[in-house]
Amino acid sequence: MTLVKTKYGRRSFIKTTVLASGGMLLGFSWLAGCRPSGQESATEWPDEWFEINGFIKIGDNGLVTIMSPNPEIGQNVKTSMPMIVAEELDVDWKQVVVEQAPLNTEIFTRQLAGGSQSIRQGWHSLRMAGATARQLLRQAAAQAWQVPLEEVKTQAGTLKHTPSGRTAGYGTFAAAAARLPIPEEVPLKDPKDFRIIGTSRKNVDGNKIVTGEPLFGIDYRRDGMLIAMIAHAPAFGMKLESLDAEVARRMPGIVDVFTIKTFADDYERQWCDTAAFNELVAVVGQTTWQVWQAKKALRIKWAPVAELESSSLHRARMRAMASQPAQVLRRDGNPEAMFRKAARIIERTYTAPFLAHNTLEPMNFFAHVTEERAELVGPTQTPEFMEKTLAARLGMPLEKIDIQMTRQGGGFGRRLYGHFMVEAALISKKVQAPVKLIYTREDDMSFGNYRPAYYATYRAALDENNQLLAFHVCAGGIPESPLFPNRFPAGAIDHYLAESWSVDSNISIGAWRAPRSNFIAGAEQAFLDELAEAMGQDPIEFRLALLERAKNDPVGADNDYDPARYAGVLELVRQKSDWGKALPEGIGRGVAAYYCHNSYVAQVVDLRIDAGKPIIENVCCAVDCGLVVNPDAAANMVEGGTVDGIGHALYSELSFRDGAPEQTNFDRYRLIRHSEAPKNIEVHFVDSHEHPTGLGEPPLPPVMGALANAIYRATGQRVYHQPFIKHHPLLG
Amino acid sequence: MAVFHLNVNGKRYEVDVDPSTPILWVLRDHLNLVGTKYGCGIAQCGACTIHLGDAAVRSCILPVSQVGTQPITTIEGLSANGDHPLQRAWIEHDVPQCGYCQAGQIMNAAALLKANPHPTDEEIEAAMNGNLCRCGTYTRIKAAIKSVAKR
Ligand code: FES
Ligand code: FES
Repeated sequence: MTLVKTKYGRRSFIKTTVLASGGMLLGFSWLAGCRPSGQESATEWPDEWFEINGFIKIGDNGLVTIMSPNPEIGQNVKTSMPMIVAEELDVDWKQVVVEQAPLNTEIFTRQLAGGSQSIRQGWHSLRMAGATARQLLRQAAAQAWQVPLEEVKTQAGTLKHTPSGRTAGYGTFAAAAARLPIPEEVPLKDPKDFRIIGTSRKNVDGNKIVTGEPLFGIDYRRDGMLIAMIAHAPAFGMKLESLDAEVARRMPGIVDVFTIKTFADDYERQWCDTAAFNELVAVVGQTTWQVWQAKKALRIKWAPVAELESSSLHRARMRAMASQPAQVLRRDGNPEAMFRKAARIIERTYTAPFLAHNTLEPMNFFAHVTEERAELVGPTQTPEFMEKTLAARLGMPLEKIDIQMTRQGGGFGRRLYGHFMVEAALISKKVQAPVKLIYTREDDMSFGNYRPAYYATYRAALDENNQLLAFHVCAGGIPESPLFPNRFPAGAIDHYLAESWSVDSNISIGAWRAPRSNFIAGAEQAFLDELAEAMGQDPIEFRLALLERAKNDPVGADNDYDPARYAGVLELVRQKSDWGKALPEGIGRGVAAYYCHNSYVAQVVDLRIDAGKPIIENVCCAVDCGLVVNPDAAANMVEGGTVDGIGHALYSELSFRDGAPEQTNFDRYRLIRHSEAPKNIEVHFVDSHEHPTGLGEPPLPPVMGALANAIYRATGQRVYHQPFIKHHPLLG
Repeated sequence: MAVFHLNVNGKRYEVDVDPSTPILWVLRDHLNLVGTKYGCGIAQCGACTIHLGDAAVRSCILPVSQVGTQPITTIEGLSANGDHPLQRAWIEHDVPQCGYCQAGQIMNAAALLKANPHPTDEEIEAAMNGNLCRCGTYTRIKAAIKSVAKR
C-alpha cells in the first residue's frame, strides 16, 4: 500500500453541497446509468444517493454509481475507467452502476477521446477518486464506531472493524462520508492486491446495445424537437453562390430553409474547428424523411473559389516534390557519403490515398439554444474544446454552454472536429426550437476531415558484404508529412537521414486513427522486410539486432522508443506465432512491429490468395501496453485495430475529381466485410506492471506492414501502394 | 400523406406518413423505436436490418407502402427480455465496440439461424457480408453466431 498526497484533491473533487435532506436524488434520466452487462443486479435501486466526490455516488443501500469521464467511442473506456475507480474504492463490481459524466473538467480533468490517452492519463486521477472515497468511508465508520482509523478495513463494499466484530455496508456510512472534508493524503492499493483491474469485465452498455435501447446521439429525442439537415458545397474549392428554396420550403413538414455561417470571419479557429465548408444551407422540419426530401429539392448554385483538385493532380505533385530537396529533420553521421560509397542501394516508394473516417453513426448533434443557455447532447470527442468554440460563436459565457455526451457510434478522430455542434446550435437558435442535426452518409463522407494522402521513399546503402551502411527516408503528403524522424530505426543506424515535405491542398484533413503512423509504419515495416531479405537475414532477427544496437549504444539522444520493450513484443510474437515453423502450401507469413501512442505492438499475418482474393488465416498479435486493465476488452480493441488496418490497407480509398470525392457512400467506398476479415486473431499481452497505456490506435499501424510482407511471401511480388487490392497484379 | 397500419413487434400501430417513407424512418421518427440504425440509406451497411416476416430486410430502402400486412420485428422485439440466444451470445463474447452496427448484425444473424440453424463458416460469412462493422468486431460476431449454431 502506498500513501499518496491528494495533491489535486480539493480542486478536482468539488463536492456538491450536501443538502439538509442529506443528498441528491437521482432520477432515471435518458443518460442514466447502466448496470454492467451479464450480471444479475445484486441490489435494488436506493432511496437516496450521496455524492462522495465528483466521480462517486453511493446509495443508502450500498449501490455505487461511478461516473465515466471520457467520451465513449467504442474504445470501452466507459467500462475500463470506472473499473479503476472501483478497484481503489474496493467495491464489488456487481454493486456498480456506471453513468456517463457531463462535461466538467474541474472534476474530471481531461475529457477527450484522442491519442489513445484516456487510460494512460486518467490512471492516476481515477485511482485517487476511488481511494479518496474509500478513505472517507473508513473515516466515517471510525468516527461512528469510535475506533482508530487504521483498524477500519474494507472488503468489496463492506467496512470492517475486526477487534469489535463490527461490519457495515458502504451505504450505511455514505451520508456521513459525504459530509467529511477531503483527506490530505490517501493510501493506494498495491497492484498485487488488485481484484478488478486485470480481470475481464463486460461492456457496461452491452445489454442496452443488444436490445436496441436509445444510447447514441442519433437516438436522442426531446419533446417538440425538429430535425435538421445541411447541404454543403459538392466540391472542395467551391462555395455557396445562391439558394432557391421555393419548392423545398413548401414541402410537407418543412419549417424553414436558410443559410448559416458556421464560424464568423474574424474568429480565430481552434485546432478542432476544422471545417472546409463554412457556408451551409440548413433545412429544418418535422421528420427525417421530410427534411431529406426537401434537401433534395433545394436549388443551389455553387461557385468555384479555389482550385478544384483531382487525385491524378495530387499524384503528379507528390512525385514532383519527392524528387526535390526536402526539409532535413534528422541527420546522424554522414549518410550522403555512405550512399556515395555504397556497393548497392535499395530504394522503394510507398503511397497511400486519402481515407474517410466513416464512423458508422454519421455526424449528428442535438442542440437547444435559448437566451438563457445552450444545451447540446450527442457524440463528440472534444467536448471541452467545443464548449469554447460554442461560447465564442453564440456570444455566451462558458457557464451557459451545457454539453452532454452520448455513446458514440465510432470516432476514429472524426468527432474531434465539432463543427456540426456549432451548426446544430446555430440552427436551433434560428428556429428557436430544440433541433437534432443529422448528416446523411453522403454528407458525412463528402464533408470530411480526411486522412491525408501520403508518399514515402526509403533508401538503404549496403556495402560489398551486404552490411547496412546508411538509411534514408524522405516522406511527405498532401497536405502534411507522415514522418516521425526520431522513431525506429533512428538510433540504431550510424548514418541516418530523415527528410520531410508537404504539398498544400484545400481538402480538409484531420486526425484519423493513429495519425501519420497509419501510413508510415506500414511503409517502414515493408521496407525493413525487403532490406532484411536483401541482406540475407531473418526479418525478426534483423530488427532485433538493430534494437540491440539502439539499446546498448544508441545513435543520437532523442530516440522516441524503448528498444527493450520494442524487442519484447517481437520476441513474444516470434514465440507465440511459432515463427520459422513450416507453413502449409500457399500460406505467406509476414511480420511487423511498431511503437506509437505509448504502446508497442508486433503482428504476424498468415494469408493465402484464393483466385485473387486474400484470405487472412491468422493474425498473431503481441502487445505491450503496460498493465492491462480489462484483458478481454483490450483484446477486442487489438482485434478491431487489426481488422481496421488490414481493411484500409487492402480495400479503402477516397479519390477526388474536380474537388469532389468520388466515393460518397458504401457502394463505392469499400470497407472490409465479414468474408474478408481474418479467420482468427490471437492477442497476447506482455506481462507487465508498467503504467498502463492505450490501445485505440497502436494495433492498427504495424499490421499494414505485416500484411504487405505476407502478401509478398504468398505471391512472390511486393506491393507498395494502397489500397493493395488495386495495385497488386495478382489481387482483385 | 396516407394512413398505414403496421404490426411491429406484435403491436399494432397506425401512422400517417408519405408513402415513400422508408420503414427505417417510420420506426425511428414515428414509433420511437430507435434500435434500428441508419448507416447508409442505400442497403449497403446492414445497420437498419429488421425482419419482415422471417426474412432479414434493409429497412432503409423499404417504403412503408410496401409492407402491407407482413409483421415487422425489430431488435426491440427480438426477445421479451433481451434473452434471445444471440443476444446472450453477444454479451458472452463481449462483441460490441462502439455498438452501432450490432442491432443490425444480430437481426441478420437471427434470420440466418432461423433459416439455417447449423450454418458452415462460409454460410455465415456469406449471409453476414452485407453487415458492415466499422470497428472490426467480425471475428467476435462470427464466434458468437457459431456458439449459438452449435447448440
Ligand atoms: S442503413 Fe440500411 S443498409 Fe445501411
Ligand atoms: S461495433 Fe462499431 S460499427 Fe460495429
